[in-house]
Amino acid sequence: MSKKLLLNAKEIDIIIHRLACQLLENHLDFNNTVLVGLQPRGVFLANRLVALLKKDYAIKDITYGSLDITFYRDDFRRREEPLEASSTNLNVTIENKKVVFIDDVLFSGRSIRAALTAIQSFGRPQSIELLVLIDRRFSRDLPIQPNYKGRQVDVINDEKVLVHWKENNTKDAVYIQTNSSK
Amino acid sequence: MKQLSVEHLLGIKYLTKQDIDLIFETADHFKEVINRPIKKVPSLRDITIANLFFENSTRTKLSFELAEKRLSADIINFSASQSSVKKGETLIDTVNNILSMKVDIIVLRHPNEGAGVFLSNHINAKIINAGDGTHEHPTQALLDSYSIREKLGSVKGKKVVIIGDILHSRVALSNIFALQLQGAKVMVCGPSTLIPKYISSIGVQVETNLKKALQWCDVANILRVQNERMHTNYFPSTREYTQLFGIDKKLLDSLDKKIVIMHPGPINRGVEITSDVADSEQSIILHQVENGVAIRMAIIYLLAQKINR
Repeated sequence: MSKKLLLNAKEIDIIIHRLACQLLENHLDFNNTVLVGLQPRGVFLANRLVALLKKDYAIKDITYGSLDITFYRDDFRRREEPLEASSTNLNVTIENKKVVFIDDVLFSGRSIRAALTAIQSFGRPQSIELLVLIDRRFSRDLPIQPNYKGRQVDVINDEKVLVHWKENNTKDAVYIQTNSSK
Repeated sequence: MKQLSVEHLLGIKYLTKQDIDLIFETADHFKEVINRPIKKVPSLRDITIANLFFENSTRTKLSFELAEKRLSADIINFSASQSSVKKGETLIDTVNNILSMKVDIIVLRHPNEGAGVFLSNHINAKIINAGDGTHEHPTQALLDSYSIREKLGSVKGKKVVIIGDILHSRVALSNIFALQLQGAKVMVCGPSTLIPKYISSIGVQVETNLKKALQWCDVANILRVQNERMHTNYFPSTREYTQLFGIDKKLLDSLDKKIVIMHPGPINRGVEITSDVADSEQSIILHQVENGVAIRMAIIYLLAQKINR
């Protein structure tokens, strides 16, 4: 197994700044917007964006939460390993709001499909957008594309994109891992 | 990745501490789900569940039905009073007929002890015991412990007294196993005729003085007298039972601490517990009912994960 560095901490920081600016362009003061981090790993990126928007761009009120999609997945009982749920923390109304899903890697699009179903349990949003740090092009199973993307990568299916956050790893970094046994 | 160590939920005695922790963690997520505007998840769309109730039930049956519907499972209901059981059909035949209609999970309540274990040896489906005779009622014990955990933060080290008809109660036995597994201290209290002879051999304290028992405990789980299972007189009269083992507000207020009051239902108001106690701030009886749905969703979800496709 070999691991190649795709983005280092500084590059990730620059990308998050750019994504924050792009969000700002479309959502201005965020008073009608809800940012939703997808559990488990999209929450790190969502928290970073919220902190940045508050600190550097003086946005006072940002409504945000986290959404767990485990019970909405389409591979229940179809996997070798059991699915483990995370918590949902979405104590806000999303009725007629502009929702932005935030996740680390967009791969097959199935998680986003599940999130689109899950969010309906909380109301009918005005619109839903998708923000991802890494967009794995050419690996989509469903017609789903991001509105905001940090970096687009072309990786083959044997390869894996690993996003490390300093909150749960030692530092921020994005790696491409290749299974060299093949 | 975590999953249950068992293939069926037949009784608490087959579970490990890890299983109980996993069920509680999963129930936490489902409790959040059932408080959403839309209280339903699509996880079990391709699962069919049969609720086989060979004995009367209101709460448990409704709670299971609701849990199954909240998980989007298809369900069929069966109650023995309207079935071919009356015509002499055996349990295995009844269940096999239902299984040929492609059922994945069976929720079974039966008057005979061990009915679930017996069925699990002969039938290819996941079995959930919803009460077998005077033996076990695992989902009730799990929701009771879950409610204690919710109210007091944890079950470990807590002192729980189970009061009333211990002899005929499946809730008592399952609760004893579940509480001990989680590190709680358990006492039973009731007329000596309604306390099983060898109960102290499984590490349970016995007390026949209600006041002393209440003084000792953090939580009192009060059971109903199961007159329908009694074929002889175990105490002189209901009035005398109430005088010695009924809990009223005066008794509750005379204690030097605020204990938690639980009851698995159905309540006989004015017999084992008075209305002002059942409806008091210390009572978590209605939380138990709400938690019952979340606990049953968790159990069904975790067992369904183990069904082979």
